Amino acid sequence: MVTSGLQIYGAYAKFGERGGPYYVNPFQDTEFPGWSRLGGWLAGALNWHFALMWGLVGVGLLYLCYMVASGEWRSLLFRRRDVRGAIAMQQYYLRLRKDHPPQGKHNPLQKFAYTFIVLLGVLSVLTGFAIYKPVQFSWLTALFGGFQAARYWHFWAVWIFVGFTIVHVILVFAVDPPSFRAMITGWYRGRFPSHD
Amino acid sequence: MTRSEQTPETPETPRTSRRDFLRIAAGAGTASLAAACKWDGGNAVRPRLLDISRVNDWVGEKLLYSPSRLAREYATTERTANVPSYFISRTLPLLKDPAAWRLRVDGLVRQPLDLSLDDLMRMPRTTYTVKHHCVEGWTAISTWHGVPVSAIAERAELLPAARYARFVSFDADYSNGWDLASAMHPQTILAYGWNDNPLPPSHGAPLRLYAPIKLGYKMTKYLVSVTFTDKRPGGYWEDQGYPWFAGV
Repeated sequence: MVTSGLQIYGAYAKFGERGGPYYVNPFQDTEFPGWSRLGGWLAGALNWHFALMWGLVGVGLLYLCYMVASGEWRSLLFRRRDVRGAIAMQQYYLRLRKDHPPQGKHNPLQKFAYTFIVLLGVLSVLTGFAIYKPVQFSWLTALFGGFQAARYWHFWAVWIFVGFTIVHVILVFAVDPPSFRAMITGWYRGRFPSHD
Repeated sequence: MTRSEQTPETPETPRTSRRDFLRIAAGAGTASLAAACKWDGGNAVRPRLLDISRVNDWVGEKLLYSPSRLAREYATTERTANVPSYFISRTLPLLKDPAAWRLRVDGLVRQPLDLSLDDLMRMPRTTYTVKHHCVEGWTAISTWHGVPVSAIAERAELLPAARYARFVSFDADYSNGWDLASAMHPQTILAYGWNDNPLPPSHGAPLRLYAPIKLGYKMTKYLVSVTFTDKRPGGYWEDQGYPWFAGV
């Protein structure tokens, strides 16, 4: 989805009505390198993008249904009562606090990350839809501030997602390599008993 | 014919362990990612992508399109200063004899028509200031005026068997195929005016199709004919892989 999106972006590599003014964008008029683009040309990239979309939406809905049906959402959803714990956890990570705050399966910062990334996925899909059907779903497009603004948020969601994924995987290898296998297989055999 | 000719002989499949499976999956994933760059899917995947595009066309046409939903209109002060224009021919398509130009309306109609620009101008006129959505991602606001396609269909006495409309230009071999519901939308017009002036050659003079409910490439410029049909017509970009429905 990201690589076909970068190919699509190249057709009009800016955000704003024709002739400007344009939204602040460090990638304005940037052509992303060939290895990062999927589709070969605009039509090819659109067809990849709109085909893979079904996978993203399908898996996303399955995931959310599973979370609700299994009750797993309780250990992942960041709620108001997690704010205090999140601050304590952040103090611990910054070495402002010596002892590791008590936690359940996931600590409040982890809950924040898992909730944030799901919301980011929802934002990606909704902004995508706002760009796909800006007349039929004009209320949705208007919600994001119009067609060009929706394009803008759709684009930024990608970089936040890419950044999140890189940091996420670096942390996995830095803190708890066995959890990398757990991410793929579903079975955890590491040193943190709380994960099971 | 012996049995071995019917089915290729397969050796006893060794039991694949989970570890092997993951190794294969990871390898295949990496390889496909590497091969993916600049790849339109090739002969193996491209047809499948086009199949999915047809499914998306169906979803767009049957589930997401509302024939009564109107595109938002803007104030004339919000018009975009420089609206780009495109054509397929090497040079700007111009009529040798503008006075001889006629719009041909035929196909599944009781009364085929040959309309001059004056005939069209005497028909009911629709004027609106709307946002244009290009497949590339740019948008531009302009004012257009012309005759609703539905008024043309009524005058030609459209037959109930018609399900599509085919619009043909004199710009090389450019044409478009439309679903009838989108063609009959009240904001789908044959425009002969742009920003209060006669349509300039750069935007498709003397007559072009315009509708704020479709992407720009569906709006045939330099029109010569409208043909109503029961078979889905292709189009210049659509036949090369761009989405056929392209409603916004």
